[in-house]
Amino acid sequence: MTGTPDAVTPAPDPAAAAADPVSAAPPGGRAPALPREDAPRTPRTRVPLLLWVPALAGLAFVVLPLAGLLVRAPWRSVLDRLGDPAVRTALRLSLECSFGALGISLVLGVPLAWLFARVDFPGKSVLRALVLLPLVLPPVVGGVALLLAFGRRGLLGPWLESLGIRLTFSMTGAMLAGAFVALPFLVLSVEGAIAGLDRKYEETAATLGAGPLRVFTTVTLPLIAPGLAAGAALAWARALGEFGATITFAGNLPGETQTLPLAVYLMLQDDPDTAIAVSLLLLVVSVVVLVALRGRWLSPSARKAPARTAPARTAPTRNLTGKGEGGPR
Amino acid sequence: MTPALRARTEGLVTAELTVAAGEVVAVVGPNGAGKSTLLRALAGLPGPARAAVAIDGRPVGHLPPHARRVGYVPQDGALFPHLTAARNVAYGLRGRGGSRAEARRTAHDWLARLGLADLAGRRPGQLSGGQQQRVALARALAAEPRLLLLDEPLAALDVETRAAVRHTLRSHLGPYDGACLIVTHDPVDALSLAGRMLVVEDGAIAQDAPAAEVTRAPRSAWVARMLGLNAYEGVADGTGIRIRDGGHTLSTAEPVPAGPVLATVHPDHVTLHRERPEGSARNTWPGTVAEVTGTGTRLRVTVRGRGGPDVVAEVTAAAAAELGVGEGLPVWVGVKATGVGVTAL
Repeated sequence: MTGTPDAVTPAPDPAAAAADPVSAAPPGGRAPALPREDAPRTPRTRVPLLLWVPALAGLAFVVLPLAGLLVRAPWRSVLDRLGDPAVRTALRLSLECSFGALGISLVLGVPLAWLFARVDFPGKSVLRALVLLPLVLPPVVGGVALLLAFGRRGLLGPWLESLGIRLTFSMTGAMLAGAFVALPFLVLSVEGAIAGLDRKYEETAATLGAGPLRVFTTVTLPLIAPGLAAGAALAWARALGEFGATITFAGNLPGETQTLPLAVYLMLQDDPDTAIAVSLLLLVVSVVVLVALRGRWLSPSARKAPARTAPARTAPTRNLTGKGEGGPR
Repeated sequence: MTPALRARTEGLVTAELTVAAGEVVAVVGPNGAGKSTLLRALAGLPGPARAAVAIDGRPVGHLPPHARRVGYVPQDGALFPHLTAARNVAYGLRGRGGSRAEARRTAHDWLARLGLADLAGRRPGQLSGGQQQRVALARALAAEPRLLLLDEPLAALDVETRAAVRHTLRSHLGPYDGACLIVTHDPVDALSLAGRMLVVEDGAIAQDAPAAEVTRAPRSAWVARMLGLNAYEGVADGTGIRIRDGGHTLSTAEPVPAGPVLATVHPDHVTLHRERPEGSARNTWPGTVAEVTGTGTRLRVTVRGRGGPDVVAEVTAAAAAELGVGEGLPVWVGVKATGVGVTAL
């Protein structure tokens, strides 16, 4: 008779039944009620104090400075201060430089990501590590390295000079500095997206007569669009905030290479309120990027590159490859 | 006449095959035998086998996949999830240099031909499995390949959809004038879609023959079992067949020339008894009923043999009831000598 409800109901403990009127068997021989402590619920595991305290301190450590920025912000004059000609020039420069850096990152980074994800060649892991190095390299070192490569006395300096190209202390230089630090973000994101893409789409496209370039532009790129967008947003935000590499390689020339982060640093001396207002602006931009990336890159459940989930989400209900688990739920 | 396909593969699968224009070949074999590997090699896709391929007499083995004019439909169709059904079908047409409008018109024609005209604007995510499979077929056919490779086109579908898509396949592979290879592990698909069967086992061709011949005289135990037969590999010694697994002996009606053979017994020719049968059955041995499955009025009874091989018997439900067949029942198995088919290997 296993499997009948009677067999599953635990036998009542007479002692507990006597002590607890709620679970006492009612007359008539019906099944006894469950003891109170067995009410259906999931017991909560207590978080130990030793973890609670530092966790809260960590939260405060991040939130307090932001709160400081918000509390001290000159709210009444924020718009006026952002409208200041010097700020507007720096803002324009920042936008030009960051989008220029994003453009360079896209042109160089997407093919690089494709290479890392799809082609096997000797020394790949070393080259990949080199491309990702700027993630951990002090930006100032990056700036010095850029100087030694593209500066007037750098490796390519004489050659560039003979072509009449000057990169140091120019806006192009600021773009290069931004691209240098932003590139790894784009490569990582796009590489993950391409590696997670089931090859059957590209292979089928090839059998339909599409050459490798057409396959890349009409199948690969559209299918990795979410990962590409996430990578582009991260790369752009990283370039927008770049300080060390920019000031080292491109200098701090107002109207030419003085971007918002450089301007903020200088203004903090003589015009702190404007510096705070500009900081607020950069904070808002960061929050916007974060919100735009929500669920794609930053939530733990979507830690896998976003494009992995993209084909699965739109594609066949029968997902034979098993790819696409771990998408935002 | 030049065959539509002539190919020789090496690597994980070594095979040679020639397929005439308009011929449909079912590629069957156990999992991991190399069926998909064979298809990928023919399409020029990376994998553990390579192929020298000539299509309509033109060698294409050195060409990348996109230059071969080979249609390839992987298991689930692999429709591009970001394109509508119509644009999926048009994808292979755009590369041919036709205008956009022309490609769109041809794509709609193909969708209409496969009964999908209403679904032209839908994306794959909004299509059922059977519809996706049909769009994938339309997409492959629209590109006018000279060789069409279908990898388990029906495997992922439920029974009813399967029948419908099988029908679609049959009616559109009929007029198709190139060579076609369909990988399947379903005997119904193989027999209803293809006139010829290519049996692949352990990376080699075990049998390549018209479907009727394969069903009559299978040369591989796997195919025989796929067709529902009892199959035993063994060695003929003039008087009977010594079965390789277990060493039991089967008597045959006529002497068989000595050598390795595949013995097959149709489940219809296996009788089950409570007592040791007296009479005409030359092969008798005791066993225990291990499993009873069945549809309609006939039951398939698997008997674990003692003193003889395991065997599947097909009996009428009435006979089974009379015998009281149930799992664990001790029975006697009888097989007439005339019921043993023999194929020399």
